[in-house]
Order: sequence, then C-alpha cells, then structure tokens
Amino acid sequence: MSDNIEEGYVSYLEYKGKYKGILSWLLSTDHKKIGLMYLYAIIVFFFVAAFLGLLMRIEKLAPGPTIMEAQTYNGIFTIHGVIMIFIIVIPGISAIFGNFFLPVMIGARDVAFPRLNLLSWYLYMIGAILGVLSQFAGDGPPDTGWTFYVPYSAQSATNVIYALTAAFILGFSSILTGLNFIVTIHRMRAPGMGWFRMPLFPWSLYATAWIQVLATPIVGITLLMVIAERTLNIGFFDPALGGDPLLFQHLFWIYSHPAVYIMILPAMGIVTEIFPTFSQKPIFGYGAIVISSIAIAAVGYFVWGHHMFTSGMSYWSRWFFSFLTFIVAIPSAIKVFNWVSTMYGGSIDLKPPLLYAISFIFLFMIGGFTGLALGSLATNVHLHDTDFVVAHFHYIIFGGMGFAFFAGIHYWYPKMFGRMYSNRIANIAWVILFAGFNLLYFPLFIIGIQGMPRRYFDYLPQYTMGQVISSIGAFILIAGLILMVWNLVYHRRRGAIAPANPWNGVTLEWLIPSPPPHENFDEIPEIKTKPYLFTRTKND
Amino acid sequence: MSRSHTHTEPVDHEAGKIGMWLFLFTELFLFGGLFLVYAVFRSQYTDSFHTAAAELNAFVGTLNTVVLLVSSMTIAMSLTAVRKRQTTRALILITATLALAAFFMVNKYFEWSYKFHYDLYPGSAVMKNLEHGVILFYGLYYMMTGLHALHVIIGMVLLTVVLMKVKIGAINADNFLLLENGALYWHLVDLIWIFLFPLLYLVT
Repeated sequence: MSDNIEEGYVSYLEYKGKYKGILSWLLSTDHKKIGLMYLYAIIVFFFVAAFLGLLMRIEKLAPGPTIMEAQTYNGIFTIHGVIMIFIIVIPGISAIFGNFFLPVMIGARDVAFPRLNLLSWYLYMIGAILGVLSQFAGDGPPDTGWTFYVPYSAQSATNVIYALTAAFILGFSSILTGLNFIVTIHRMRAPGMGWFRMPLFPWSLYATAWIQVLATPIVGITLLMVIAERTLNIGFFDPALGGDPLLFQHLFWIYSHPAVYIMILPAMGIVTEIFPTFSQKPIFGYGAIVISSIAIAAVGYFVWGHHMFTSGMSYWSRWFFSFLTFIVAIPSAIKVFNWVSTMYGGSIDLKPPLLYAISFIFLFMIGGFTGLALGSLATNVHLHDTDFVVAHFHYIIFGGMGFAFFAGIHYWYPKMFGRMYSNRIANIAWVILFAGFNLLYFPLFIIGIQGMPRRYFDYLPQYTMGQVISSIGAFILIAGLILMVWNLVYHRRRGAIAPANPWNGVTLEWLIPSPPPHENFDEIPEIKTKPYLFTRTKND
Repeated sequence: MSRSHTHTEPVDHEAGKIGMWLFLFTELFLFGGLFLVYAVFRSQYTDSFHTAAAELNAFVGTLNTVVLLVSSMTIAMSLTAVRKRQTTRALILITATLALAAFFMVNKYFEWSYKFHYDLYPGSAVMKNLEHGVILFYGLYYMMTGLHALHVIIGMVLLTVVLMKVKIGAINADNFLLLENGALYWHLVDLIWIFLFPLLYLVT
C-alpha cells in the first residue's frame, strides 16, 4: 500500500503559507520546518565546535606550545564544551527529530503549542549566538571550562557572563520544548493510541521532556547566582564572604548529571526505532524499554555526587552516590540486551542506519563500562580529572548520542527530504568515522590511566605516543564527518526520489508520503494494535 | 475536514492548563534552588540569620503579604466574573489586582531604598565588616525578593494584556484560558511570597 501514494499532494517543503521566501521558514509554526531550522543551525555550530576540537588536537601534536598559548587553549576548550554541550548535544535530538517526528509518530498534525515551539527556536538561536560571541567579544574568551566552577568563574576576567547568560537562555528554550512535548504526548495521541501503543522514540522523548522540565530550572538559578556573584558581590559561593564553593558544584551537577540523560535517552529512542525496522521483527521487550527509560530518568536525578568524590563529601554520601551510580547502569544494560535480542533471528538488512546503530551499541558500552570505573570510589581517586574522563565522556556523548544522531539522520533522511542518499558513500563514511573515532579517543583512556590530566595544553614526553595517535584520529574523524555530511547535502536535491517507505518501517511516519504534507495526515489514523507488528510486507 | 487544512493553534483548554501547570513547576524549581541555598546557610549560621532578620521591618512585610493575598482573591474573583459574563465587574477586579501589585512594588521600593540609605547592600563598605552569616542573609534577601519582584512585574505585564483582551471581548465566558493562566501565574507569585515572608521577616 505504501508505494501508491497519490500524486499531486503538496509537501511541507513546497507548502505556500502566509509568507514567502525566507519568512516562510522564520515565521513558520510547522513543527517539521522548525525541526529543520534546528538541524541547519546545529550543523553549523557543530562544525564550529568540531573545528575548535581539531585545533586542540593539533596543539597536542607535540609537547610545549605548538600553535597556540595556554590561555588560548583554555578559551578553546571552554567554548568547545559550551557549544557542544549546551547548543548541540542537549537540545540536538529532541529539537530536530523530536520536533519533526514526535507529532507524526503519535498521529498528530503538530505539537500542542506551535507558536511556543517557534519561540523556543528563537530563544535557542539567541542563546547560541551569544555563546559563540563570548569567544570573540569583550575581554577574551571564557576560560573556566563548560562547568563554570567557582571560585574561578567568579574571578576570571574573561567573558564568563556571556557564556553564563547563553547557557541560561538555552536552558529556558530547552524547558519550553520539554513542556511542549509533555503536553503534546498527553493530549494529542491518535485515537486508540494508548500509552503502551505509543512507539518507543516518543516514549524516550517523554522521559527526556520530564528531565528537561524538572532539572533545567536548577541550573538556571545556579547560573543566575554566579552572575550575581560576579556583578553584585553576593557571595553565596565565596568563602571570603562565608559562602561555599562546594554548594555550587552540588547545584550544578543536580542539573548537569540528569542533563547527560537528556542527551542519551532520545539517542536510545532513535536506535530503538532502527533495530526493529532493519530486523523486520517486533522490538524485544517493549515494556522493559519503556520502564528502563523512566527508571533512567528517575534514578539519574540522584547520582550527581559522583562528579564530586574528590571534592570533599562524607564517606556515607560517597558510598550512597557510588551505589546509585551502579544502579543507574542497569536500565541502560537492559536496553542493550533488548536491542541485541531484537536483532536475534530477524532478517537483518545492513543499511547505513543499522550500521550506525550497531556501532552506537559498541561505543556506548565502552563508554558505559568506563563510567563504572569512574563511579567506583577507589578508582575514581586515581582517574579523576585525567584524560580517562575525557575519553569516557566522548565515548558516551559522541559515540553514543553522536552516532545515534547519525543513525537517525540516515534513517529519516528520505522521509524528511524525499530523496535517497548514496548508501555506498554512507558506508565508506561510516568506516572512516568509526576508525577515526576510536583512534582519537581510545588512546586517551590509556594515557589517562597513566596520569595525563585533562584540560592541559602541554604534556610530558612520555605521553607523546598516545597524544599523537589521538591527533591523527582527529583528522580521520573530521574527514569522515565531511564525507558523511557531503553525501547528505549533495543528495538533498540530486538523490533518487525516495518512496514513502524505503525501509519497510511500520511506525506512522512511514504511512505518509515523503516528504510529508503540510498537515502530516489527511485523516488522523486510528490505532488498533501495538506498535512494531511487521504484518505488512512488501507485497501488500 | 475544513479545520484540518488550516494550520492554526489548536484551541485545547485542557492542554493550555497542563502547559501552564508544568511551567509553574519549573518556576517552583527555580526558586527551589534559592530555598535550598537558604536552608544550607541558615543551618550553618543560625544565630546571624536571627540577628539579620531582626533588621527587616516585619510591619512592611506583613502589609505586603496582606496586599498580595487580597490581589490573589481579586484575580480569582475576576475569573468568576468573566465566566458569569459580568465584564465590567471583571475589568474592575483585574484593575484592582494591578493596583495592589503596584502598591506592593512601591512598598518594596521604599523598603529597599531605606536599606540602601544605611549602606546595607552586597559589596558596600558597611556590609564588608559584618559577620558572614549576616552578609549571606542580605545576599539571599536581595536575590530572593529581587527575583520575586521581577516575577511581580512580569505578572503585571501579563495581567495588563489580559485586561485589554477582556475589554475588547477577546477573553469571554467561552474563551478565558489566558485569564485563567494569568490568574494561576499570579497565585504562584503570591505563593512564593507566602514562603519568603516567614523565612526572611519572621525567623527572629
């Protein structure tokens, strides 16, 4: 049925609204166009931040100053972190794929508050531009690291306020998106779509949205307190005035640890969609995946202390946070088990989206296990603030969220743009990316264990081997990224016309034409079964 | 099917209310961070907090509490009036709410400027020589009442828009979501003050 879409419908890309030209995008409340506007913005910022990352790796090609001074390096790793975390990884999947596919997958015509959705995008852009500006304007780039630890962030003479304000505004945008998604999921599911008939990507967005709504205000007020500290001499975090710098760390991580789950939950949601489709088999353990998403969101609130084992906490607090850190690993492991079991016995079709999804599992597992090494009290003392942490973090965020994002873009690209990319180039790009990624980050585990501290622009000669291999990996990774993005950009207008359902998916987005019409559905479908039942076949 | 082809904001009263409640929760968490900081320093510097709080004028605080409580009542009454189609009464009640809010702000202004007169503000020469607990108490006092005052101002802007819309009939007995959400927001402003008042003025 899916190949016989009627000709002559108007897709959302060609839809003529009230406004023409660029305004038809900038003033559009269509969730699909807003999703694409996020996509384009995030790609631009991603290349800026990736370039900064490359500069850091070039600096580390040899000991001593190579291409920059220490202070420049401090600014670059700070802005690399701020852009990557607050502008790309936290909003990324929710804002792009969430906006585009949440309404479609639950059978709605738009999100609950379309105009609020557009406002979120504008807030996002203001915050993002402010964040990038902090690198160039005023008194020099902020040099505090993305964590803004006091007392240094209260004293540094650089543009810290720009970066703090940017993070605050981006947080507000993130709250509004989360709020919108919660209401959308509660109120706008298609008739017959009970909670447990909802596909799993919307479920992961639901869990994420609650974290966005409940955790982000805490970092909002914390950043405001640092701004007040800098401008008004308030002194909450200043020991000279009776304040306590540790209090900042607690408040910061109460948000910023759950934020890690804002990053990874939607990523898990994407691969959960991909495994059933490319195995042509129902997802294994639907209920377990739903419950583990909720469990991750809930337990994830109570593990923030594991960032502070060496900062000064009582023995029992450390014991408690370490224990919970191990607990929170269990739901993630359940999901891995489910994904692998979904593939077992399925008719596997190794297309690019599945390649990325499988490598997601591989990289995410390395990131997850090394996370447990960091979560144990004894090893943490040795590994704290070394390159081991940097490697762990990048395996989770880039290997996890990043590769899931790439999986998602290859999975949904035909639906979003109505064109096919070249599978061959996508596969080659995947090989380069995967090799470059491991070459870049794996050596950091080793030199981290040997004692290489993070955030240093210089290193002792004994780490040269690891640093150089890592820098070579960075060039390979960037080459893979460029090839992957080129493949997608080039085929945006020149690729073969995509059918409505190129992968034989069964969730609702594959029942409508590619690209979808302005209002998604002519008639809102009625849901009569659980999701992921592969009863329809190619010959239907 | 005519509705389905225009891309307008769906009028879903229930959705609008859920959205507002979620937003109010985020506001509570925002202030929650400050309450947490208050709790930490209060337990650390119990005595200084008592002496510092004694400096605040409990009468002005009580007056402002009463003012905000009454304004909460008037905005709730305006909602009932709109639902009963008594537009004039609703307009009077919303205006009364705005007047009470303005009174609150004027009061706040005098309270703050009185303290500034005695150099009791963060970073001042007097403040530097005070005990740590007192400095932190005043830091919290300015930060909490300041953030609250900002919310009062935002609430006033919101209620002014509501007032205009009631006047032109855009808010009426069949469509009063904005008024209801505005009232909810105003109740939040009131509620936060109900917690700030004892914590800052009555702890002595």
